[in-house]
Amino acid sequence: MAIKKIIGIETEYGITAKGKFATNPVSASSFLVNSYAHEMFEKNTKWDFTDEQPGRDARGFLAESSGVPLIETQLINVVLYNGARFYVDHAHPEYSSPECGSPLEATLYDAAGQLVLRKAMAKAKESLNDNEEIVVYKNNSDGKGNSYGCHENYLMDRTIPFSKIVDEILPFLVTRQIFCGAGKVGCENSKEQIEFQISQRADFFEEIVGLETTTKRPLVNTRDEPHANSDKFRRLHLILGDANMSQTSTFLKLGSTALVLAMIEDNSLFSNAFRLADPVREIKRVSHDINLSHLLTTDSADKISAIDIQYRFLEAAQNYVLRGGGEFVGGDEIAKNILELWEDTLDKLAVDPMKLNGTVDWVAKYRLVSAYRQRHDLKWNSDKLAAIDLQYHDIREEKSLARLANLETLFSTAEIRAAENEPPHSTRAYFRGKILSKWPANIVSANWDSIVFDLGGKSLKKIPMLDPMKGSFEIVANLIDETKTVAELIDKLEA
Amino acid sequence: MTEREQKKKPAETRENTEETTEELVNVHGTASGEKLKAEMDDLLDEIDEVLEENAEEFVRNYVQKGGE
Repeated sequence: MAIKKIIGIETEYGITAKGKFATNPVSASSFLVNSYAHEMFEKNTKWDFTDEQPGRDARGFLAESSGVPLIETQLINVVLYNGARFYVDHAHPEYSSPECGSPLEATLYDAAGQLVLRKAMAKAKESLNDNEEIVVYKNNSDGKGNSYGCHENYLMDRTIPFSKIVDEILPFLVTRQIFCGAGKVGCENSKEQIEFQISQRADFFEEIVGLETTTKRPLVNTRDEPHANSDKFRRLHLILGDANMSQTSTFLKLGSTALVLAMIEDNSLFSNAFRLADPVREIKRVSHDINLSHLLTTDSADKISAIDIQYRFLEAAQNYVLRGGGEFVGGDEIAKNILELWEDTLDKLAVDPMKLNGTVDWVAKYRLVSAYRQRHDLKWNSDKLAAIDLQYHDIREEKSLARLANLETLFSTAEIRAAENEPPHSTRAYFRGKILSKWPANIVSANWDSIVFDLGGKSLKKIPMLDPMKGSFEIVANLIDETKTVAELIDKLEA
Repeated sequence: MTEREQKKKPAETRENTEETTEELVNVHGTASGEKLKAEMDDLLDEIDEVLEENAEEFVRNYVQKGGE
């Protein structure tokens, strides 16, 4: 049975620095996160790592030497009032959105993350010398073979076998880049000469399924950390997506994926399921084919285009929503918006992709890069074009080339500003964010599925939040409003 | 055949040459074409205004450690 798709999106930002942090991205990232945290909080609430097990594998075993790095617990790591986590991951600043109740809400909180990073940059600049600056980029590759991720998380029913999810979603995941790829000049980790490709990330995938995220990257990641009751829930962790500058691309990516996952849970996808013969190879071929003419090979040797694969999933989703499937992705209205956008986007991709220059990142970027190339008669390997590619992802208003591309927006500036400090009302993120803003002095630490309180006595009190749908505005808003102290809150919660 | 299948155009029927893609951004003579070309010229001027001054150095220095 399908369950409501609670969604989170995490983005590692690329980072550059001039001045004293130039050679140390870890320090630059720490300084950036600290700059924001000091401005926003009297006291930073720490992230609690005690229950995290990134080495646990969804296929049923705990890896002994999986290559998963130890979490750098000494690095700065804060919880925001909107329920998000803002921290340093390896050598990047990372914003993990709060748990959201719909793809549209998750898109809003991803946009709020960009605002957090912009504010962090501005704040950092105030304490740096005139010739120093820290700048972040919302992209996934440095053009030299190094990649960093934009990961999606979807809550799923634990009873659905992991292998079924992988089998059924792969043709969708391999081809969805045609509407949510962020575009890239050139090619990495390959001997091929590619002028421009659809996806930032496709070059980096080597396996179909696996636990790794930094080497031998898999199309479907098996990290089995539900951050919730593990008897009931699974958190599907997808690492193959690009970070999008276009809000529409993010919304369509999350929305279409959530619908496909709900259909998999409900056995509603296809009566005649099909698989790709070589998904790892196909994700690169689809990415390298901006004319969208490549035909993918199925395991029964049929040939089918990426657009036609997407039309098949769309048609299944249209039927599913007619039968009431919209309730799992935030309701019928949001489901209708996803379906209309999905269909309109595929129709335009089939006829004239350039019509999507206001909504699809790779098209918007290609339009800028190719027109610039023609005007200045440049070769595709020109540094100017590589610079345009990078600067498309600059999130500073005055420098962003994505802003010049005039992308359509789904939210007003006021809505995004509000989402910086107001948690989503639909999930336990509401409880986390509101508790933090009401009783900051009493919270020792927090993580996705618990909060540790200091009540002033000898021991600390840990409150578990094992159901991501509990702790929403509807369930706890009155309780929090009517309670004066943390001790009283805990008494009521335990009553 | 469903309604949607009737109106969609399969990808295979498109012309798929390199020239086709180049021409997508190469706007020709019509009145609306002239307007689009002027808009694109303005856009390219704006890119030149905000693009990092030393593209070679900017690209060379943009080196990231792998993440995730």
